[in-house]
Amino acid sequence: MATTLDKVDVVTVGVGWTGGIIAAECSKAGLKVRGLERGEERGTKDYGMVHDEYRYAIRYELFQNLARETITFRNNREMKALPMRMMGSFLLGEGLGGSGTHWNGQNWRFLPYDFEIKTMTDEKYGPNKLGPDYTLQDWGITYDELEPYFTTFEYTAGISGEDNNPFWGKRSEPFPTPPMKKTPILQRFEQAASNLGYHPFMMPSGNLSQSYTNPDGATIAACQYCGFCERFGCEYGAKSSAEVTVVPTALGTGNFDVRYHSNVVEILKQGDKVTGVRFIDTVTGEEFIQPAEVVVLTSYVLNNAKLLMVSNIGEQYDPATGRGTLGRNYCYQILPGATGFFDEQFNTFMGAGALGMTIDDYNGDAFDHTDLDFIHGASLSITQTGQRPIAFNPVPPDTPAWGAEFKKASIEYYTRTLNIGGQGASMPHKENFMSLDPTYKDAYGLPLLQLTYNFTDQDRALHKYLSEKAAEIMKEMGAKIVASSNPLTDYDIVPYQTTHNTGGTVMGSDPAISVVNNYLQHWDAENLFVVGAGNFAHNSGYNPTGTVGALAYRCAEGIINYSKTGGSLV
Amino acid sequence: MDNEKKGVSRRDFMKTTGIATGTLVGGGIIGGLIGYNVNRDTAIDETTGNQQGGGQGQEHDHPTNVGLKFFKNMTHFNVLSQATERIFPEDDLGPGAIGLGVPYFIDNQLAGAYGMNAKEYMQGPFEDGATTQGYQSRLTRSEIFSQGIAKLDEEAFNRFNKGFAEIEPEQMDEILTAFQKGEVPMQAVTSDFFFKLLRQATLEGAYADPIYNGNQNMEGWRMKGFPGHQFSYIGQIESEEFVQIDPKSISSMTH
Repeated sequence: MATTLDKVDVVTVGVGWTGGIIAAECSKAGLKVRGLERGEERGTKDYGMVHDEYRYAIRYELFQNLARETITFRNNREMKALPMRMMGSFLLGEGLGGSGTHWNGQNWRFLPYDFEIKTMTDEKYGPNKLGPDYTLQDWGITYDELEPYFTTFEYTAGISGEDNNPFWGKRSEPFPTPPMKKTPILQRFEQAASNLGYHPFMMPSGNLSQSYTNPDGATIAACQYCGFCERFGCEYGAKSSAEVTVVPTALGTGNFDVRYHSNVVEILKQGDKVTGVRFIDTVTGEEFIQPAEVVVLTSYVLNNAKLLMVSNIGEQYDPATGRGTLGRNYCYQILPGATGFFDEQFNTFMGAGALGMTIDDYNGDAFDHTDLDFIHGASLSITQTGQRPIAFNPVPPDTPAWGAEFKKASIEYYTRTLNIGGQGASMPHKENFMSLDPTYKDAYGLPLLQLTYNFTDQDRALHKYLSEKAAEIMKEMGAKIVASSNPLTDYDIVPYQTTHNTGGTVMGSDPAISVVNNYLQHWDAENLFVVGAGNFAHNSGYNPTGTVGALAYRCAEGIINYSKTGGSLV
Repeated sequence: MDNEKKGVSRRDFMKTTGIATGTLVGGGIIGGLIGYNVNRDTAIDETTGNQQGGGQGQEHDHPTNVGLKFFKNMTHFNVLSQATERIFPEDDLGPGAIGLGVPYFIDNQLAGAYGMNAKEYMQGPFEDGATTQGYQSRLTRSEIFSQGIAKLDEEAFNRFNKGFAEIEPEQMDEILTAFQKGEVPMQAVTSDFFFKLLRQATLEGAYADPIYNGNQNMEGWRMKGFPGHQFSYIGQIESEEFVQIDPKSISSMTH
């Protein structure tokens, strides 16, 4: 028998960047907000001993305990989906701050092309350049409409950068803090890229170049370049995150509280509205109902989709018929690149998650695709994130994987190897989607989310083309051995690749092909909002966080307006 | 200072484990271990060019109060030790897995959350999947290691009529390669998966912070030039020269 708690204006499921932004904006506007976080409380004070590669980066201290919940995976519908039993291709977060605690801090705005990708692609290359199996669609919002929210997010997070990339959408304000230090590794990339006629620029960074106080009065410290960024919390409070910005802002209003160890298992719906959520206290096992005027799903992409599915809200996507929107347009990130082996040593163990330089000359529609069998592209970057010794054992091609030769080569090249990596755009395909697994269950008895995903011809072509470009730059940088990324075959859930999962709860202007409108308001329940990378109709040639942040600010504005007027926001 | 920097040498390792000191005669293979290990010491010296014999007859520092938490007998622990040494051998750059304390690291990890698969999804049903779907075994890592180590020893007896720890290095490599290729039958797990775990655990032990009983005296880090736990590089990040920094353990923050 569930205990019913007092009603609140807004309940959020998850307290990371999106949940934190919703909480901060709504509580500043006078709404009572409760955040339900399934993990524990944590913050800067907990990260003093974080320079421990084994505990944090290898044994996944800050990540989701898969013993309680994971996903199942298959490459295609002919296969039986099986659990991702060990953390692999992506790293699910858990705890206050969510994935924003252990991000690298690489912050981007998607391009104007991204938001109107179907329209712009058809205009330039004719209808269906990729063929009928790709479910390409516009997002129902333009870059110009999102621009003010991008600016708000960048100023909240204190993003370090400089506005000198000719391929970006127009910015209304400069970056709040200057770019990070241009290290010798970055300078080498800059010189090589310039020699080849490209336009290198410093990567926009959530590892702040200097101490900064944001418009809400939260102070973020300056980055110390300690080399323990992704998979780690920042012991200096120098990596911008919900924990050091929007969560303290929300708490400071007195209108926000967080309930920890609270795993939401159902969204409660009556008629065409939701009434609240049901959750389980993971410490005591007690069951609760949290009534709310507005429910906001701000957990991770995969969990947002799963909650809608187990709550029977929205129509499940069926690839056989093309009907249904929930779970549709799942995308990932395509990762072209090249590795260079040098004679000289670099200080590769120093760095920061977003210390990097990038070219966008092969991103979006900046280059002509008439004679190419793919659209979009990738940002190509060199980063100096800090290489750690357990994970980083680079060896030239054809070196044995163990034994004396491996030891010698991996030690020699630990400080003599650089990588250029691309964040490649991922296009939606009718066979790539999320659904519920018929067999496997989580610790609460709910079905696991099932992921059906494989690389497509578009992905393979983009990967090949961009890897060649990366190799050219690496050659120009003076590497004595250059190894391009291996060609894409089937997607494999085992090796870590990226935690850029997108889609499944897509935004749009047409309810037949989207789950939410452009305020992220659910088409089937006007007081239900779904926020995150799940809103992406495709994934761009960049990391998702900046665009997620902008969408969260727009959603918060929508919720505040909804609390006054009710009804559809579009 | 020199003594502080030295890891456990192979000879010290032999002392601490009872090999070649006669303590195993009653419970092990009579005569075989003793004679074999004397030859092994010589062979190692020759292959590494270390003609001084590593200070034979002198005292050497090695960690006190390090012991086995998982392995129940020295035979299996020695099999593990030799296997890790072949994966990451001593050479002119510095110590191998044994000298770095990797076998103790692995033993200690197998006794804890890692060995018990505490954070892995272990609900059934269990079915073999495609390689792209990853590990689907019902076994925990500790169960896989138990079986794998016993299997290495069994394979050595089958091929060479001796235990794994007694055969020649090239023979060890032959067996490890067979495991790596998935050619050795195991129950409820493949030998290539066991080999992947073993290789990865060896690297983890070689380079984890020494608080985990591997990477003895931070020698693993020194070989790579990795400074371990340093608070900040803001003063050095723009250096055009490679910066050599003496490594620090996380333990330096608590003492």
